[in-house]
Amino acid sequence: MADMKQLAGLIRELEDQLVVCMRCGMCQAVCPVFAETGREADVARGKLALLDGLVQELFKDPQGVNDRLMRCLLCGSCSANCPSGVRVLDIFIKARAILTGYLGLHPLKKAIFRGLLVRPGFFDRLMEWGSKLQGLFVKPVDDLLGTSCGRLLSPFGDRHFKALAPTAFHQMVKPMNTNPGASGLKVAFFVGCVIDKVFPNIGEAVLRTMEHHGVGVYLPEDFACCGIPALSSGDTVAFDRLVRHNLRRFTAQPFDVLITACATCTSTIKKLWPLMAEELSPEAQDQVAAIAGKTMEVSQFLVDKMGIGRVDWEGDDKRVLLTYHDPCHLKKSLGVASQPRILLQTNPGYRFKEMIEADRCCGMGGSFNLQHYDLSAAIGKHKRDDIVQSECEVVATSCPACMLQISDMLSQAGDRVQVKHAIEVYAESLT
Amino acid sequence: MKALIKEFERILGKDNVFQDETDRATYSYDAAVLDPVLPSLVLRPTSSETLGQVVGLCNEQALPLTVRGAGTNLSGGTIPKAGGVVVLTNALNRIIEINEEDLYAVVEPGVVTAKFAAAVEAKGLFYPPDPGSQAVSTLGGNVAENAGGLRGLRYGVTRDYVMGLEFFDVNGALVKTGARTVKCVTGYNLGGLMVGSEGTLGVFDKIILKLIPMPPARKAMMAIFSDINKASETVSAIIAHRIVPVTLEFMDNFTIRAVEDFSHAGLPVDAAALLLIEVDGHPVQVEEDAEKVESLCRQMGAMSIRVAQDAAERDKVWEARRAALSALSRVKPTTVLEDATVPRSKIPAMVRSIEEIAKEFDLTIGTFGHAGDGNLHPTILTDRRNQEEWKRVEKAIDAIFDRALALGGTLSGEHGIGLAKSRFLEKETSRATILYSRRIKAALDPKNILNPGKIIGDEPWPT
Repeated sequence: MADMKQLAGLIRELEDQLVVCMRCGMCQAVCPVFAETGREADVARGKLALLDGLVQELFKDPQGVNDRLMRCLLCGSCSANCPSGVRVLDIFIKARAILTGYLGLHPLKKAIFRGLLVRPGFFDRLMEWGSKLQGLFVKPVDDLLGTSCGRLLSPFGDRHFKALAPTAFHQMVKPMNTNPGASGLKVAFFVGCVIDKVFPNIGEAVLRTMEHHGVGVYLPEDFACCGIPALSSGDTVAFDRLVRHNLRRFTAQPFDVLITACATCTSTIKKLWPLMAEELSPEAQDQVAAIAGKTMEVSQFLVDKMGIGRVDWEGDDKRVLLTYHDPCHLKKSLGVASQPRILLQTNPGYRFKEMIEADRCCGMGGSFNLQHYDLSAAIGKHKRDDIVQSECEVVATSCPACMLQISDMLSQAGDRVQVKHAIEVYAESLT
Repeated sequence: MKALIKEFERILGKDNVFQDETDRATYSYDAAVLDPVLPSLVLRPTSSETLGQVVGLCNEQALPLTVRGAGTNLSGGTIPKAGGVVVLTNALNRIIEINEEDLYAVVEPGVVTAKFAAAVEAKGLFYPPDPGSQAVSTLGGNVAENAGGLRGLRYGVTRDYVMGLEFFDVNGALVKTGARTVKCVTGYNLGGLMVGSEGTLGVFDKIILKLIPMPPARKAMMAIFSDINKASETVSAIIAHRIVPVTLEFMDNFTIRAVEDFSHAGLPVDAAALLLIEVDGHPVQVEEDAEKVESLCRQMGAMSIRVAQDAAERDKVWEARRAALSALSRVKPTTVLEDATVPRSKIPAMVRSIEEIAKEFDLTIGTFGHAGDGNLHPTILTDRRNQEEWKRVEKAIDAIFDRALALGGTLSGEHGIGLAKSRFLEKETSRATILYSRRIKAALDPKNILNPGKIIGDEPWPT
């Protein structure tokens, strides 16, 4: 149970944010969950009204409110479309923390976040074992997408998921701290869990790109999760520990920019670390602000900082058609949408084509996918349809979590479309 | 109640009967600044038949019933009666037919306005009513409220596009009125009674809407004024010169500055007022009208006029207008959007009155709106938690109504009377009008279950 004084303080803070919602209901137009269910409790206005009701003590069912609050992808579509500028995600993140503090964290989540996530070394070793043993439980289903599905009686249901990589990124690459080359710049590389454990090839593409451009790289030892799985479940204890762990790693060496290849890690570091920094020491708060201020998603770094520009290639016939999915945490949270497209168009092997509704949420939402798989899959199906309708052979994006979801959806439908990270497409063209 | 819930579950399926208090609480409000009221049950019919059964059962049980589309009502029309049920239309959202030969469409009440407009436009046709909430609002709600929008000046409002209706009476029996034909004098004009009845006289099942050809050309411009009176006088002058733009929108200095702060659209923040004007029709006529409007604006004293040269510039003009409410609503926590409307020649007087009222009650009021049809939106920016200020807000609203009525206007141009304005109704009409309306209501809905309390109130008449 969280400190009651802190609880009251957080609730008061919420009230000031909650009154900003004028109940116009425009969020109904863009909420991916509401589009499936049509239930007001699933859309931002409904959830905000419920929180308001708790504050006003109109009804007393914090568990009921929390259950509904968790039926949200945290995609930020509502915030991006809100006429009054309600900071919906800030409110929801804080409300989840308050309610989880009040109601207590689910024991399984507690075990995962506090027993596993906050202990990166132990987490890594466990996943290494998992990677070796997973063949017993899963079998490959799609060679192109590299997905697997559960063997009989597996805990994975109908999912077609990306298996853990045989060798994680942290096993392939030693910690490093190279000096700036021709660019005169040095980046710290925040790898993130999904790239480390499922898509180490993305991490490699990032390193190859930095080397190509003469950018020095600091890759610390024993790097940890950005904290979003814990925070989105309301676990500020595990979240704070992860932030502190990361602060120690990323204040040990000087660098110009902290880069990630994960939209969600980027927006967590830039927005949620500062939002939730109240409990940290003043010194740590300054460090959080400094790191958040120099964090960039890799395409943003390459275009905005390194000046990589678009290239118009001639001859369209033989080039592979490629489209792009905007991760919510990149476009809606951070306004980064043109940069990855510019990167994709530097590779002469591809011809870029927009799909319709490229910024429609894929339905992943992290633990949302685990807790509400049917809903997540129904939302993902629209994304799959948009991709297939674009007739592209490759879909790129900038978030490994979106890649998991999109691979699952395409694989289940038997579509022959490859899923890549934008930086992979870019790195392919480097010689 | 338990047996009744069982019966509703039998008719609608368990998933479409929401009993949980937490779920019900999300249907206790709409977009009006009014207190929420918790319904006892929320029902979501997925077919015409079950909708009718639900209505009939509610009447049998004397259970108050409020129909809800997207819940964007600005006058409390979708706030339920305590203990009553909310009936959702969002599972009744099929466009049944778009007829290109006879220029009509048949829809279910839960179809979202903007989705319908887009489907119609994809066939080269036009459904003009475009209320501000069109991205989420439903056509059933639009008809029930007789919703307006930016194009009212030239194209009219929802009423002008309703060719026919099928609705359930309070017993759940289907009533049909109007037709798929341009002309129809068969039977009473029940459609005329139902449009704008705010859910108090029946429950819509199907709506037949008129479509028109898409105008081939349009032109938008922005006229900038250093004097607010000159801007509002220009509105009257344009109409007096027999030009009917599609849209003729007004923005005062406060709104201009709020929009500029919010969207950095390059608006002239020193201007006292702006007019945003669009003409449409045949290309030759569009050119002619645009020139006439431009020279009229100059004659009336506009400082400068920006004519949109292409689609991108046109979008920019309307982007500024669309941002108005958003920008204003960010200034303070509570936004009270009024829509008292005056005959258009009285726009200059109304604009002056609103300025005086803002001063008198020491309130922040941004004014923008559909000046061309006399429908201004004085928007009071406040914080409802500030009780002292809230009292002044209520007085200012009264004063705005009084001024609008004194100028020969009306309480509401497009937001409806609902709960918010029903106590003012007698001021504009008469006691006899309300009693007449109540007699109609009592005859058609003897148990007073259809959205009770809206428009005509349901308290015994004060003596």
